[in-house]
Amino acid sequence: MAGAEAVKPVLELKGRMMTLTVLRLLDPSVEVLARELDRRVQEAPEFFRFLPVILDVEAVAESDLYLDLPGLAGLLQARQFVPVGIRGGGEDWREAATAAGLAVFPAERDSGGGENRRRAATEEPAARAVATEAGMVVTQPVRSGQQIYARGGDLVVMSAVSPGAEVLADGHIHIYGSLGGRALAGVRGDTSARIFCQAFRAELVSINGTYSVSEQFEEALRGEAVQIALNGDSLDIRAL
Amino acid sequence: MAKIVVVTSGKGGVGKTTTSAAIGAGLAKAGHRTVLVDFDVGLRNLDLIMGCERRVVYDFINVIHEEASLNQALIRDKRVDNLFILAASQTRDKDALTEDGVERVLTELSRDFDYIICDSPAGIERGALLAMYFADEAIIVTNPEVSSVRDSDRVLGILASKTRRAANGEPPVREQLLLTRYSPLRVQKGEMLSVEDVKEILAIDLLGVIPESQAVLNASNAGVPVILEEESDAGQAYQDAVARFLGEERPHRFLQLEKKGLFGRLFGG
Repeated sequence: MAGAEAVKPVLELKGRMMTLTVLRLLDPSVEVLARELDRRVQEAPEFFRFLPVILDVEAVAESDLYLDLPGLAGLLQARQFVPVGIRGGGEDWREAATAAGLAVFPAERDSGGGENRRRAATEEPAARAVATEAGMVVTQPVRSGQQIYARGGDLVVMSAVSPGAEVLADGHIHIYGSLGGRALAGVRGDTSARIFCQAFRAELVSINGTYSVSEQFEEALRGEAVQIALNGDSLDIRAL
Repeated sequence: MAKIVVVTSGKGGVGKTTTSAAIGAGLAKAGHRTVLVDFDVGLRNLDLIMGCERRVVYDFINVIHEEASLNQALIRDKRVDNLFILAASQTRDKDALTEDGVERVLTELSRDFDYIICDSPAGIERGALLAMYFADEAIIVTNPEVSSVRDSDRVLGILASKTRRAANGEPPVREQLLLTRYSPLRVQKGEMLSVEDVKEILAIDLLGVIPESQAVLNASNAGVPVILEEESDAGQAYQDAVARFLGEERPHRFLQLEKKGLFGRLFGG
């Protein structure tokens, strides 16, 4: 046994693409940032717990906030974030980051998407897909009488889900065709799970056990591209 | 090796047997040795549609139970060369079909024929499952109405998961849609689903559209495959479907209302 282990490689270096949350700093005041962080964390404490983040300092690069970078990192850690590194900023920032034990990532090229990205990072639960493996992808149509369950993750259906078919996922459900059957997301208690589809003709949709049937859907949404999220005790179905 | 083609639908009464007879006769006319096998044990109809009901001595079940040889049971069609019929038993039920027995008969037929057309019974029980199990290709017969489309969808799911090809991890059964009893007038009135609607729901290739036609009923009553009624709209639509099945490209016909003549336009109608 020991001999077998000896010949096994003990290290492997691999390039991997990961989704990481970027925290854009838009105000150079540590107090203001701390207050805003507290507010966000209070809204969704579970979501932020141990969330790896990269600090995008592009917007505050000209300020002297870099002097407070170690303090800022500590402040994030105290709120159970895991600051991984910084992005943007000049030589001062890079030195400060290295001193604070943070990595330096190259600045973003297309700053146009910055605004959307920030919102995605802070509001969309999808950002939590940080380190989980990719969900299940189904390329064939899901036919009447068939049932597909993506355990432990998202379900992506590239085609239609027919009337009489049922798709379930612990995470989100994305359907790039018509949803004619039943779709149940977050079946093991994830209230932040959502359902997305290109053409909404579902028989039933459910998120974490809160369900709604065809009869209750707004007529105007029938056949439209929609997303479905849980909002308190009811489902929020809106056009995409 | 023969190609095994199942003609199936889930729902009954949509035109499976009419289609089996027409496609089989069409393939045979095109020079391919073809055998029609009736899997609807207990409710045998194919022999009636083919007009050979008085010539049935031995049937599919007899061959499965080795009470007769294939040569004794195969009925040669009198109108079309290369066309044979293996009738179902009327006195037995579908439990008389066994997977081993069906496989043995199909293997034996494969040696002599180019195409084996399996006429499936309605439903998704034993007879239907065995009719599709060994298939290489499937023709899904669907009427343009919601229940038929849903049943076809169900059958497509079974074809994708419960056939020999699926079990062996081979390339999937090729699935093609044949829309029957299509009436452009009723589509226009909103009483029927359109070709586009059905194609969107089932998402498979369209082999053909057969118009609702008196010719189908007349041909069935006369025991003639409707494809042999070469002047009729349904007969021509089946000829197109067979040509497409064999790889030819043909435009779909009979999808639009006939253009009204001068009087029609003047007086509405």
